[in-house]
Order: sequence, then structure tokens, then C-alpha cells
Amino acid sequence: MANAFEKARADGRAALVGYLPAGFPDVAGGIEALQAMVAAGCDVIEVGLPYSDPVMDGPTVQAAAQQALEAGFRTTDVLRTVEAVAATGTPTLVMTYWNPVERYGVERFAADLAGAGGAGLITPDLTPDFAPEWIAAADAHDLDKVFLVAPSSTEERLAMTVAQCRGFVYATAVMGVTGARASSSELAGPLVARTKAVTDLPVGVGLGISNGDQAAEVASYADAAIVGSAFVRTLLDHPDDRAAGLRALSALTEDLAEGVRRGA
Amino acid sequence: MTAGGVQDTTIDAFGADERGWFGDFGGRFMPEALIAALDELTDAWHDAAADPAFGAEFDAILRDYANLPSPLYLAERLSEQVGVRVLLKREDLNHTGAHKIRNVLGQALLTKRMGKQRVIAETGAGQHGVASATAAAYFGLDCTVYMGAVDAKRQALNVARMQLLGATVVTVDSGSATLKDAINEALRDWVASVDHTAYLFGTAAGPHPFPSMVRDFARGIGDEARAQCLAQIGRLPDAIAACVGGGSNAIGLFQAFLADPDVRVWGYEPGGDGVETGRHAATIHAGDSGVLHGARTFVLQDEDGQTVESHSISAGLDYPGVGPQHAHLARVGRASYTPVTDTEAMEAMALLSRTEGIIPAIESAHAIAGALRDAPRLLAECGPDATILINLSGRGDKDMETALEWFSLGQPQGETGGPAS
Repeated sequence: MANAFEKARADGRAALVGYLPAGFPDVAGGIEALQAMVAAGCDVIEVGLPYSDPVMDGPTVQAAAQQALEAGFRTTDVLRTVEAVAATGTPTLVMTYWNPVERYGVERFAADLAGAGGAGLITPDLTPDFAPEWIAAADAHDLDKVFLVAPSSTEERLAMTVAQCRGFVYATAVMGVTGARASSSELAGPLVARTKAVTDLPVGVGLGISNGDQAAEVASYADAAIVGSAFVRTLLDHPDDRAAGLRALSALTEDLAEGVRRGA
Repeated sequence: MTAGGVQDTTIDAFGADERGWFGDFGGRFMPEALIAALDELTDAWHDAAADPAFGAEFDAILRDYANLPSPLYLAERLSEQVGVRVLLKREDLNHTGAHKIRNVLGQALLTKRMGKQRVIAETGAGQHGVASATAAAYFGLDCTVYMGAVDAKRQALNVARMQLLGATVVTVDSGSATLKDAINEALRDWVASVDHTAYLFGTAAGPHPFPSMVRDFARGIGDEARAQCLAQIGRLPDAIAACVGGGSNAIGLFQAFLADPDVRVWGYEPGGDGVETGRHAATIHAGDSGVLHGARTFVLQDEDGQTVESHSISAGLDYPGVGPQHAHLARVGRASYTPVTDTEAMEAMALLSRTEGIIPAIESAHAIAGALRDAPRLLAECGPDATILINLSGRGDKDMETALEWFSLGQPQGETGGPAS
């Protein structure tokens, strides 16, 4: 993980982090899509674990997760996906709500994720103060722990959170759920500045970024632009023609990858 | 006697620690974006609970507006049927027809104190939505209620009530389009609106401080009932009983009796078609430990931790999770939780209607049915003076359509006029 950010930094640019849920449109199709995103310029991949009650996700990611679950997604599918994507050499994290991990067994999940070549976890509904089991398991298996900071985080919580992060810090650009937004956030810049004041870790910005211009803007003050819903939307828009969906996905990735180079 | 329940927030053996842990259950599994708001709410609640003026205002509103304290009623004809003395805590007589008015008035009063102008709420059957819309109207707050599309269709009359009270009702199509999805959508709203909006959570579940705070706003049920029972029969009951969905009416009753070791504490969960069919909502009886809607508790889930759809004839109990304090009380053995099927509940609804002239909510009928089933045990253990106190948490007006269908009601049973042929 550190290598991906160092490489981007050496290139004088921000990193591009791309997200898709596993099992969407099916497990093989999801792997193919994520590999296309890697080939077209994603520096880091987040594989979502579809969950029945995704409170931090807007309609786009909800729809994809629901489709994956209806098609019979299992937790082990996320590990298969990670294994296939990590084999490209690109750092691959899992983004997951907490209950599926707790149900699988925290230590067992950490061991299997490490075994699959995964880099770590992003935990949108688990904060460090309620994560002793995960922190212990991540430390034991040398996995990254990416916790979120928000515009509403107090200084005290920012410091507490970044102290427990490894890999990078995920800054949520807006007070809201995932989903593409037309306007850029006025909250993200100040949040990144506050975060950088208390950590040397790279800081990525997510929520609402959907095109190269927005990625460029984020790249001007952050270490990574994190994009999810825009990729999901692209696949949702091509339900019957996977080849066209993959082409559109690659084109979007290239636009975003150009953005993180232009903006830094 | 006071009607309100905010006077005593002493942390007791069965309560939560300062981080919201009831033993292994509870806590706060939430997005970081909401943590500051939950901390702010916790501080405001503690501050209000320590303020005699807040308690006095809450008591006055409950008394003058919500018709509290509710009576404790000796149900003599039902007692004959059950075989032990039955005392009913008449929360069905409250304004808006259920115990839920206590919680929403408490939270809305707190909202006003915090200077927020908008409230949001989730609702399943619509009862908490109606109560929230009522409290919002009372305090002049903007109100948006999230309701699963399936539920909104089942409970069109309650949608109309909320709208008449001035609330905006938003239907939710995602997931199973029921209560859990309405909670998800309300949380999504809250993440984006938290600076000016309070979330009036409908039950004693969710992230800290909701399980403790909702309980304390509802605990007047038990505080009143305990004092009324002592006054009426000169001693405590041998058992107390309540239905448990999320569990706010039950914890509101139980809290006052937890430190009385001789009082048996019985919760009745929605057994639906029978636990063995898989179509039920008996979360403690048949669920496993997991995290749902911000707390670790018992959850109906599959082997991958995906939430399983619950089923109950009672929409108000139809929830795949349960308040974490109930999970704790079950684990340490202070309370027992057993399932009651749809059929048992509907039979109890009819029994109470015909013996006492009280049509209960189907939720509350679960508690009547459970007490009916467990009364022989109480009689054997405590003798002929055995007494059970049941929380009649709500009235059944809202359930008449279900009853009409279940009992094939609504058809005239006889005619007058012509001579028999």
C-alpha cells in the first residue's frame, strides 16, 4: 500500500483509488471489471463486501450490492475477488460493514484476507474506539486499517483515529452517503488540512467524485481521490452489454487517472 | 408519584457503562460522521436528566397532554381465565394509543432544548411515526418519517394520520422495504442533516445513547406500575410481562423491577408462524450475536451475517434485531424471552376483547398470550395469590383490518324482520 502512494508522490501526483462491490454483476464479472480498472490506471483497489443494511451507501451502491446479494453472493466471494485483483500487483483492500466480518470471525477473516493477498480493510461503520478485535487481528496479520474521518470529527477524534490508521486515512468529503455529486465539496479541503496536521499518513478523499475535473481538484490538496459510485453507475448503465460496460469503465478510469495527474 | 422517567439515570448492575456497553452488548458501531452528534446527544441527555426543570416539564407534558400516569387495572374476568391475578398497565389509554408517546415527547423536548428544528423518525407499523408526528406538531418542529413501501401500503391509515399531523412521509423501496430499511434510510438522512436534525429513534435499540435514553424516557411505565401495584395489593407482583420487538415498552416496564430478585421478568417475542418455520421475529430466542443498526445484539442473520427478513403478524414487533439491554438481560439470566406465535397472539386479542372489553394492539396481545401460557407455572410456584403484571402497551384500533381478515369479521351474523321459514 505504502508503495502505491510513494510511487504516486514520486510522480508528483495523487493516487487513484477505485471501488466496486464484489459479486457485481457476478463474481467473475466483478473481477474482470476491477482488473480493467487496474489496467486503465487505478493505483489502489477497494473491493466492497455487499451487505443487506448499507447505511453509508446511496442508491447506486445499494442497487449493486442488492443485485450481488440476490445473485447469491457469499463472503468467500470477496476473498476470491481480492485474490484475483491482488495478483495484478495492485494493493487491494476490502471495504466492509462490520457484521459480515464479525460473523465470519474477525481473526479468521484477517487470516484469510492476508492469505488472499489483501492489503487490509476499510471499515465505514467501525471506529477505532470500538475495534479492539480488528486492531489486534490486523496487527497480527500486518494488514492495513483504514478508518474514516469526517467533517464533523472533533480534533480529539481525528487524532485518535489517525493514530490507529495504517495505510492511509479515508476522509469523507461531505456529510452524507456515497454517490456522485455535481458540485465539489467545500468541506473536504479543510478536513484534509486538519488531518494532515496530525498525521504523516497519506489522506484520500472519497464521496462524490465522479469525473476527471473533480479528481483534479481533490488531487490539488489530497494524496488520493477515491471513486466508487461513478464506477458502479457505469456498470449499471450497461446491464446487457458487458464489453461496452468494460470499455466505459476503462474510459472513466483514464479520465480520472488523467485528473489526479493534472490536479497535483 | 411522578409520571416521568428521567429522574434517575444511575448506572445500575443491569445498565450500560459510559460507552454504552451492557455486558457484551450495545456499544456504538456507527459511521464516524455521526459520532460527534451521538456524543452531543449523550451530553445533552445527561445534562437534561440532571436538570429538575427538564424533568418537571416532561412530567407536566405527560400529565396534561399524554394522559399519564396510565392506570393499573385489575382485570378480574381475565384473571379467572388466566388462573392468576392479572394487573394490566393501561398504556393503551395514552394519547396516540400506545406507550410510544412517552419516548417521542421526551426526545422532542430534548430536541427543543438542543435548539434543533427538524426531527426524523423511522416507522414500521406507523405507530412511532404517528407519535413522532404528534410530538413534532406539539413542539412546532419539522418532521420527516421514513417508512418501508411495503409497510406504507399495509398501514395507509397511519400514513394519512402522519400527513394530517403535518409530517412528510417518505417511503423506502430498498432492501425488504420494511422497518429495517426505513431505519437505514433515516440514518442516511441523518448523516447529511445532523447539524440541524434530531433522529427520534423509535425503540431502545441502535447506537449509544439510544438504548439507555429511550429506556429512561419510557421507564415511567415501570416506575408508575411498581408504585401502583404496591398501593393496590400491598406488595410487588410475582411476575411482570411485556412483548419484545425492539423492546422499548418492555424495557420501560422491566427497569423498575430489575433490582427486585423475587419478581420474574418475562419477555415475549414474536414467534410468527412458529420459530421452526423460519418465519418469525424471535430475535433473542432464535438469533445470534451480531451488529445491526449500530449496536451489538441478537440479530436474525444468515451464516454470512446478512440480515434475514423477519416475520410477525404484528408490524410493531417485526424487526430482526432487539435492544441490547434485553440481549444482556437474557444472557445474564435476569429475564427470560420466549416466542408467542401469530395464532396465540390473535387468540389472546380475542380473549381480552371478550372478557374485559379491551381491544389490545396485536403487539400487546403477545404479552397476554405469553402470560396465559406461563400462568400455571406461576400458580404452582406462588400459590393462589399469584399475581402477574402485564404491560398493555397499546390499543388495537390500528389492527382492525388484520383482525377483520384473521377472524373473518365484518359480515352480519343474523337478520331481523321476516319470520323463520
